[in-house]
Amino acid sequence: MALTAMDIYKQLPKTNCGDCGIPTCLAFAMKLAQGQASLDECPHVTEEAAAALEGSSAPPMATVTIGIGDQALDIGGQTVLFRHEETFHNPCGIAVQVNTSLPEEEMRERITTACSTEFDRVGMIFGLDLIALNDDDGSLPQAAQLATEVSTLPLMLMSDNPGTMRGALEVCGDGRPLIYAAGADNFDEMIALAKEFSSPLAIRGQDLDELYELSEKALDAGIEDLVLDSCAREPATLLQYQTIIQRAAINQKIKPMGFPTIGFITGDDQVAKIISGCELIAKYAGIVVTDLITRDTLLPLITARLNIYTDPQKPIQVESGIYEIGEPDASSPVLITTNFSLTYYTVEADTSAGNIDAWVVVVDTEGTSVLTAWAAEDFTAETIAKTIDECGIEEKVDSKIAVLPGGVAVLSGELEDASGWNVVVGPRESAGIPAFFKTEYAQRIAQY
Amino acid sequence: MPLTIPKERWTAEVQTATIGATKDEGGTRTSTVTIGGEQTLPFLHFEGETPNRPVIAMEVLDEIPTGWPEPLAQHYEDVWGDPAAWARKAVDEFGADLICLRLLSADPDGGDASADQCAETIQSVLEAVGVPLIIWGCGNDDKDNDIMPFCSQAGAGERCILGAATEDNYKTICASALADGHLIINQSPLDINIQKQVNILVTDMGMDLGDIIMYQITGSLGYGVEYAYSILERTRLAALDGDRMLQMPMLSIVGSEAWRVKEAWQPEEEAPEWGPLERRGIIWEIATATLFLHAATDILVMRHPEAVAYVRDHIDEMMSGQPI
Ligand code: B12
Ligand code: SF4
Repeated sequence: MALTAMDIYKQLPKTNCGDCGIPTCLAFAMKLAQGQASLDECPHVTEEAAAALEGSSAPPMATVTIGIGDQALDIGGQTVLFRHEETFHNPCGIAVQVNTSLPEEEMRERITTACSTEFDRVGMIFGLDLIALNDDDGSLPQAAQLATEVSTLPLMLMSDNPGTMRGALEVCGDGRPLIYAAGADNFDEMIALAKEFSSPLAIRGQDLDELYELSEKALDAGIEDLVLDSCAREPATLLQYQTIIQRAAINQKIKPMGFPTIGFITGDDQVAKIISGCELIAKYAGIVVTDLITRDTLLPLITARLNIYTDPQKPIQVESGIYEIGEPDASSPVLITTNFSLTYYTVEADTSAGNIDAWVVVVDTEGTSVLTAWAAEDFTAETIAKTIDECGIEEKVDSKIAVLPGGVAVLSGELEDASGWNVVVGPRESAGIPAFFKTEYAQRIAQY
Repeated sequence: MPLTIPKERWTAEVQTATIGATKDEGGTRTSTVTIGGEQTLPFLHFEGETPNRPVIAMEVLDEIPTGWPEPLAQHYEDVWGDPAAWARKAVDEFGADLICLRLLSADPDGGDASADQCAETIQSVLEAVGVPLIIWGCGNDDKDNDIMPFCSQAGAGERCILGAATEDNYKTICASALADGHLIINQSPLDINIQKQVNILVTDMGMDLGDIIMYQITGSLGYGVEYAYSILERTRLAALDGDRMLQMPMLSIVGSEAWRVKEAWQPEEEAPEWGPLERRGIIWEIATATLFLHAATDILVMRHPEAVAYVRDHIDEMMSGQPI
């Protein structure tokens, strides 16, 4: 939220003394509003005025960093309630819960599994973000010891007991794990630990009022890296709390509410937990904690997060041009597709899965899918012919045969005319590509 | 209290629509379904009423499906080819609130079933179940225009929903719905302006606002949700802000979209990185449904009975929530 020159001017001494190097306070305010000057250039501004100006120019929700180095996780920093207004920032972190009572081998395995869980989607790798050590037997320090050795992900330490929390924090050194959590009954001790170890701190309130009070107290104590837990575990209450916190932060700029939230996935069984997870991801959670660990359950959660945190205004795209799958040579087939990442990588994955060496000619459709681009006239005989002509694919292959997605079969005649290439219509879905090349392709091109 | 609950002052509410007509109302349905009427965003009980719960329609095809993955097919193999039996199973065993009958067999590139055959199918399904019906054409505009008047007639007085009117093709279906007392689905490809345009065209022909259901081709988790979620949300925001032409309840097709995607059906041998296949499709359908529900969908069209059960439980939970 940018301040106007008038907002700033009201806070200045209005003496026009010129000590800032600018003749009038108003002119200085205008420079400030445009970001061309900074407030400390005025030696006469009062402390309250400085605080007021800084407070209102600060982002409505803090960005909180957990962990250090490459794997550090940034959460929060949201600026809107609805992603169409501006994209959601900092995708929510997914934390895998590991109970400290697990036998050491199992704990080790769970942590390594969580750290190595990765999915390749639209050409990027997505995985999990935090290991949440849940102290269910008082052995948090030992578990933290193991985790610091095994885990490549930052940690979240879960215990109400300041003593074991201290033990675990000492093990983690300056690794900035998330401390979970300070509640009404251990508040001062947890605050002290957060300060001593410069770690982010989760605050837990039994309801929104308590959460607000505790958060305010933490701010007063000088702690700025907070994560909020409203303690709502039941989906209908959770949704309302999450919405209220997000609105309080973003619409009302209430500082104690201006922090990312943490939510715990609930549900009677693994499938039910997916529902809870999707609700949290869609409805503003900064961290989602789960005990799900299997790939079939994590894939949809990670996909849901990717979808919610993708900016709908800017589809993820690849560059147009020639791509190689496997080791194509002059006799390999040429596939035509669009530069929407989802489309390209789906085709790429299916083609490699079939062990097919191929050239892929990617047409610039401004990042839209085959049918969307066709409907928007970005994927036409002309645009395809132009790409074929300009990308230089002709020099790479012996015969001019292009495979077109089945969804745009109607383009084949026109494309043949426009490009001078022979066109073979492939399957509608790229999943059919392996079978298509195994069974039909040779026969279909025999005539050329 | 330190925190004042931030409530929005919405100026309007969503249209209410009732589907199905009982004997007293000139039909033969044993139950009807009322949706819409929301005064706030989904399930924000602290802010306004959500008088009617979102409902689940289960899909029934009028032909034997091809290529359905085993985890889905196993629940329907005994009834497919017999839409009446299929519908009965969906209602009696799986608890469908409505049946969404898709007349795929009419497709000229497929079974090319005649209008009479389609009408007969509708008749048989209406006799088999007491819940209201959604009747959806095959997607080929010309053919749908041939069959829809007969299909509409076959369900006259039953307050079915007829699908789907589009920007380029709405006259026949709309005229049929008006003549036989049905509701209509107005479809648009993830575009609010087009949606509004179809709504205007159809109301210009005399359709009541309370007889319209909106459908944006919503896609599935991983394949369209990134757009659909916000289109649904924006539409609902516009409704609550008083845009009369976007105030109707919304429908999302979940089942067929979710089960089409690879993640739902590709066997573990081909895609080991996704884990065992067993419940992947069910989860995919559930995740898609959950996101659409929270983006303000009123009717979910679903396929897998287990997915339906889970989503129904979630709707129960969300509806039973107390205002804060
Ligand atoms: C999400 C979406 C959008 C998004 C854009 C998404 C994007 N970045 O492309 C938005 C909301 C912006 C959008 C807009 C429009 N859309 Co749109 N959209 C969709 C939707 C829901 C999903 C598309 C998608 O992401 N598919 C996934 C990708 C991976 O699919 P794909 O690219 O086709 O690739 C597959 C196959 O084609 C094949 N394949 C791909 N390449 C190759 C190559 C070879 C060699 C082979 C063999 C196979 C192959 O394999 C892939 C995986 O199966 C579809 C409906 C649906 N459920 O499919 C409508 C749909 C594509 N849209 C449609 C329309 C009409 C439009 C608009 C024109 C509407 C409008 N007037 O506003 C606009 C045009 C956009 C513009 N620039 O003006 C229509 C197209 C109609 C038609 N049959 O031609 C569809 C089908 C909806 C419908 N039924 O009406 N859309
Ligand atoms: S130094 Fe401060 S008080 Fe003096 S003119 Fe500049 S802004 Fe005004």
